[in-house]
Formats: sequence, structure tokens, C-alpha cells
Amino acid sequence: MIAIKDLHKSYHMGNNSLHVLKGINFEANEGEMIAIMGSSGSGKSTFLNILGMLDEADLGSYHLDNVPIKNLNEKVAARYRNQFLGFIFQSFNLITYKSALDNVSMPLYYQGVKRSVRTEKAMHYLEKVGLADWATHLPSELSGGQKQRVAIARALASDPKVLLADEPTGALDTKTSYEVMELIQGINDEGKTILVVTHEEDIAHMCKRIVHLKDGKILDDKTVEQVRAKTPAHV
Amino acid sequence: MFNRDRWNEILEALNANRFRTFLTAFGVFWGIFILVLLLALTNGLKNGVQADFGNFATNSIFMWSQGTSMPYKGLPKGRYFNFKLSDVQALKDNIPELKYVSPRNQLGGFRGSNNVTRNEKTGAFDIYGDYPEFINQQPLDIMEGRFLSYSDIEAKRKIAVIGQDVIRSLYDKGEEVIGSYIKINGINFLVVGTFKNANSQGDNEQEANTIYVPFTTFSQAFNRADNVGWMAITAHDDVSITSVKPRIMTMMRELRTVHPDDKRAIGHFDLAEEFAKITGLFNILTVVGYFVGALVLLSGVIGISNIMLIVVKERTKEIGVRRALGASPWNIRSQVLQESLVLTIISGMIGISFASGIIWIMNTILDSVGPVENFANPSVGIGVIIIALSILIISGLLAGLIPATRATQMKPVDALRIE
Ligand SMILES: Nc1ncnc2c1ncn2[C@@H]1O[C@H](COP(=O)(O)OP(=O)(O)O)[C@@H](O)[C@H]1O
Ligand SMILES: [Mg+2]
Repeated sequence: MIAIKDLHKSYHMGNNSLHVLKGINFEANEGEMIAIMGSSGSGKSTFLNILGMLDEADLGSYHLDNVPIKNLNEKVAARYRNQFLGFIFQSFNLITYKSALDNVSMPLYYQGVKRSVRTEKAMHYLEKVGLADWATHLPSELSGGQKQRVAIARALASDPKVLLADEPTGALDTKTSYEVMELIQGINDEGKTILVVTHEEDIAHMCKRIVHLKDGKILDDKTVEQVRAKTPAHV
Repeated sequence: MFNRDRWNEILEALNANRFRTFLTAFGVFWGIFILVLLLALTNGLKNGVQADFGNFATNSIFMWSQGTSMPYKGLPKGRYFNFKLSDVQALKDNIPELKYVSPRNQLGGFRGSNNVTRNEKTGAFDIYGDYPEFINQQPLDIMEGRFLSYSDIEAKRKIAVIGQDVIRSLYDKGEEVIGSYIKINGINFLVVGTFKNANSQGDNEQEANTIYVPFTTFSQAFNRADNVGWMAITAHDDVSITSVKPRIMTMMRELRTVHPDDKRAIGHFDLAEEFAKITGLFNILTVVGYFVGALVLLSGVIGISNIMLIVVKERTKEIGVRRALGASPWNIRSQVLQESLVLTIISGMIGISFASGIIWIMNTILDSVGPVENFANPSVGIGVIIIALSILIISGLLAGLIPATRATQMKPVDALRIE
């Protein structure tokens, strides 16, 4: 599904340059659920953004579903993002003046899907995250956990091949975090490939594989026993 | 480009900050309001001043003889001469650019002595001997009956077409006018038509004090032989009478044996030239109107552009999110462009409507207080509205251009990083 070879990325600020990714080799197969761990500033987001075609690597190759991702113009990149990828952000990034339903239908809107079909699909995904009753509410009327659920529904709406989540629980308390992870695990159970960036051990262990980034390289990459995120009764 | 989803997107975005949307819209509203109003006022002024010209066909000159100022071919200086009917024919035959050449003779005049009687009533009126085509040069509203005809000319019928004021002084209320007789300088004329002046403002009183009789009848009845008092000459619409004038003058001097350099022998009034001066003045005023209006509008457009820039900047993150969800740069750019376009056009339309409202009120007031000196019927034509709308559309696009480009300049990843 994802094949990365010898990926490099540096940031340049004036005369300084910061080599953030120093030769990453990475593969992910369909249906995997992978945690990307590392201390703050280790380049996790940089890596995920390159995977998400929001940013470009300096060196190295990247294939997504056997499609080489290289020197895309913005138009093509936008189309690939729309078709292949679903994003979940730490700060939810819902559009504040749109209802939950309209937020979820956005990827479909950019796909050119007809309004009625869009609404129906969006509603389906809202139901899936348990927020059908909140369809007409604005993000400001939702709790943090609910917002992230809407964001997850939105990421799923275009039925992408890969979900990319950058610290999806970073802004949530433990209980809500677990609820969100439970939802994500459920989605993975249905076969969706998911990458979760996190610096929290417990969250990482809810995935099936953990990749450690350190000093711009992959420190280790191991398969783990997935901990189910059943919300503990005592939390 | 403008489907319902787009509309919703745009309206939602504009609705998200209503007060700012309103303030932004106001600049353009005000600009186009001023523009349309200025043009309407210019138009009103123009209509007012042009009304002073009456409604005589403007591509015309009037020409009369006024005595020679140079001796020529043994003829002395200071000789008085008359144009002849044959001169009229010569002009028609030799200068195809001319549409109408109307010879005219006149009797009476402003504050003349009484020259017309009917039963025991009398009055002083202008009596003209005219050809039928004169009505094409000086439009009249025929109220009853008809104007002069060529068979009147040929048969030298003693008939008359009389103005409203003539009727007022010679007839009792409700009296039948057509078919009655009036005496002009002692000669009986049958009244076959009555007229009032076609929508002119200035001198209707004098004009409606007028009696038209066939030219030939006039010549015979008042002993003018084949003399012509003066001529009203109109050129075809596609040629300017002023450009034909020298040929007319040269020809007349030749036919009347006047020295070729004797400019004083033939007098004329060039209506086209005078009219062009006024028109030129108003064209300048119109340009000034457009200029000032456009400048005011420009500040409105800059306002929109400015606000759109702020909006784009504020929505940097939102734009980043949209792009992460699959919005292409064109999606983003066209939305910004369309927001600015919609904002510009809607506020512009409101401006145009407001200006039209004011113009309508002005017209209503003008109608109720009657004619005002040098100001009449302020209005803007559909042409001006179309121009104003085009300006709006172009301005809207211009206003959106920089913000739209700015919106997609940033990489999505950087846009998303903004808090
Ligand atoms: N656009 C940027 N310009 C300059 N430096 C950046 C930029 N983005 C990230 N960095 C730097 O690169 C390093 C890795 O950042 P990031 O990938 O966000 O780390 P993480 O997500 O693991 O905390 C950090 O030191 C960060 O300051
Ligand atoms: Mg990060």
C-alpha cells in the first residue's frame, strides 16, 4: 500500500538548514494499523505530511498503492489526497461555520458528488461515528470528542485507502481519547489502513505495529499485541 | 460555475461575518451610486439645455441673404438680392448629401401688428410659406386634420395649418376649427390642420403662435414671385451639414452672382455646429462623471480587495483544511473570486437601484413643479446600466484576483500549521 525508500527532508531557514528526515525506509500493507512514535520534534508530523502529499520530500521515492508520488502539481495532488487519503488532525480542523453534516460532506463536494448522494453518504458516516443526531449542529456546539468523531467521519467520507491521523487524541482527555481510539480500531477492523502519529505509549499500543522515529531515522519497527481501547470503567 | 453548492458555500462564507460583509459592500454600493447619479444629473442638464434648441433636426443650417459687401461683375457693393426657387432645385440636384432643402417665406413676426382675423377676432401671428417636408425638419404634433401636402403646393390651395395659440385667440371654446376660414392679410384661408409642438420645452409659446400655408400659395397671395426668404437645409444622417456647408455657399454665391470671397452676402446659422458645441460640453461632463464615479468605485473595489485579503488570511487554515480534503487550487481561487464577484455585484446592484430610486424621485418632483431652467428628465439609459454592470464585474474580478492568488500561494502543510 505504502512504500517509502530512503526519504530525506530538510527545512531551510535563512542560512540554517534542519535535516529532519535522514533516510527513511518504510512499508505499510493494506489493513495495517501503525503507530508512529517519537519525541516532540523528531519529525513525525513531517513524515506524515509527506505521506499525505501536503509536503514534498527532498530525496527518496514514495509509492502509494503502486502510484509513484513525485513532483505532483497541486491539482493532481489535490485529487490524490481526495481519493486516497483521509486526514485526522489533533485540533480537529472542522470548518467552524458549517454543520457537522456539511463538514463530513466536504471531501465528497470536492469529488463533485451530487448533493443528495453526498448528504446520504455523509449521514451514513455520521451514524457510523454515533453522531447522527448532531448532524445539523455547528462544531462549536460539540464536545472535543464529538468534534474528533465528526473529523473521523469526514476522513472516511471519500472512502480513502489510508487514514492519516496526527495526534488524534492530543487534545482530548484520557476517557475521550480511548473512545476515539476505539472508533479508529473499529474502522481498522473493517480493513482500512491507518497511520497514527502519537507520542503516548498507551495510544501507540492500541495499534498493531509501532515505528519509532529518532534523530530523523527509524529507530525500531515492531509488531505489537494490540490493546483494545475498551473504555475502562474506572477512568 | 455557479451551481447551488457554490452559492451555498459563498453565502455561508459571506454570512459568517455579516457586519464586515456589509461594510465591504458599502464601498462599492457608494461608488456605483455616485457614478449612476452623476451620469443621470449630467443627462438631466444635457436634456435641459438641449431642449432650448427645440426639436429641430440638428443636422441643419438656416441660410438667408443679407446684401453684398463687395462689387462683382459690374454689380455694386451693398446690393440686396433674394434666393430663388430655382436655387432650391439646384441645391437638391447638385448636392446629393442633402436630405431636405426647404425654402421658406415669412410674414409677421414677434410682436408684429395684427395680420389675421376671423369674424370679429384678430391676432398677430407668424405666417410661414412652407413645403410639406418642413415637418420632417421641425417636428410638429398634428392634433387634428393634416399638414401641408404636395397637391396643396401644386394647386396653390389657400389652406392653413394653425397652432394651438392661434386657435385660442381666434376661436371660442368647443368651436369646430377644421373647415373654418381665417383671413390672413385680407385673404381667406381654409383651416385643414391644427398642431402643437412636439415635446419641446423652451419656446413653445412662440411656435404655437404660428400658421403654416403652402409655399406657392404664400408667394402668390403675398406677391413674393419666385423669391425665397430663407432656407432650412438638412443633410443626411451620415454626413455632417457643416462639412457640406462650403459647397452650398460657393454654389449660392455663383448662382446669385456674388463675389466668391464675399462671406457677408449670405448669412447662416449652423444648428449642427452649435449643437455639437453643447454636445461636446456634455460629453466632457459625462467623461468627468464616469471618471469621478469610477474613482469612487475604485476605492470601493480596493476596499473589497482589502477585506478579501484579510478574509483569505484569516481563513488560511480553513483553506489548508479544504486542500487536505481535496480542494484544488482552482477550487479555492474560484471561490475567492466568486465571493468577491458576488459581493461586488450585489452591492453594485443595490447602488444602481438606490440611484434609480433617487432619479425617480427627482423626476416625480420635476413633474410636479413643472419645467426647471436647464434641467430636465435626469435619467440613465440601459446602456449606462450595462456599462456600470460591466465595470462591476470587472472590478469584482480585479478585487478578487490578488486575494485569490494569495489564497493558494502557501503550501497546504504551511497553511495547516497556522493557528
Ligand atoms: N515548516 C517548517 N520550517 C522549519 N522547521 C520546521 C518546519 N516544520 C517542522 N520544522 C521543524 O522540524 C522538526 C520536526 O518537526 P515535526 O515533524 O513537526 O515534529 P513532530 O511532529 O515529531 O513533533 C522540528 O524541529 C520542527 O521545529
Ligand atoms: Mg507533530
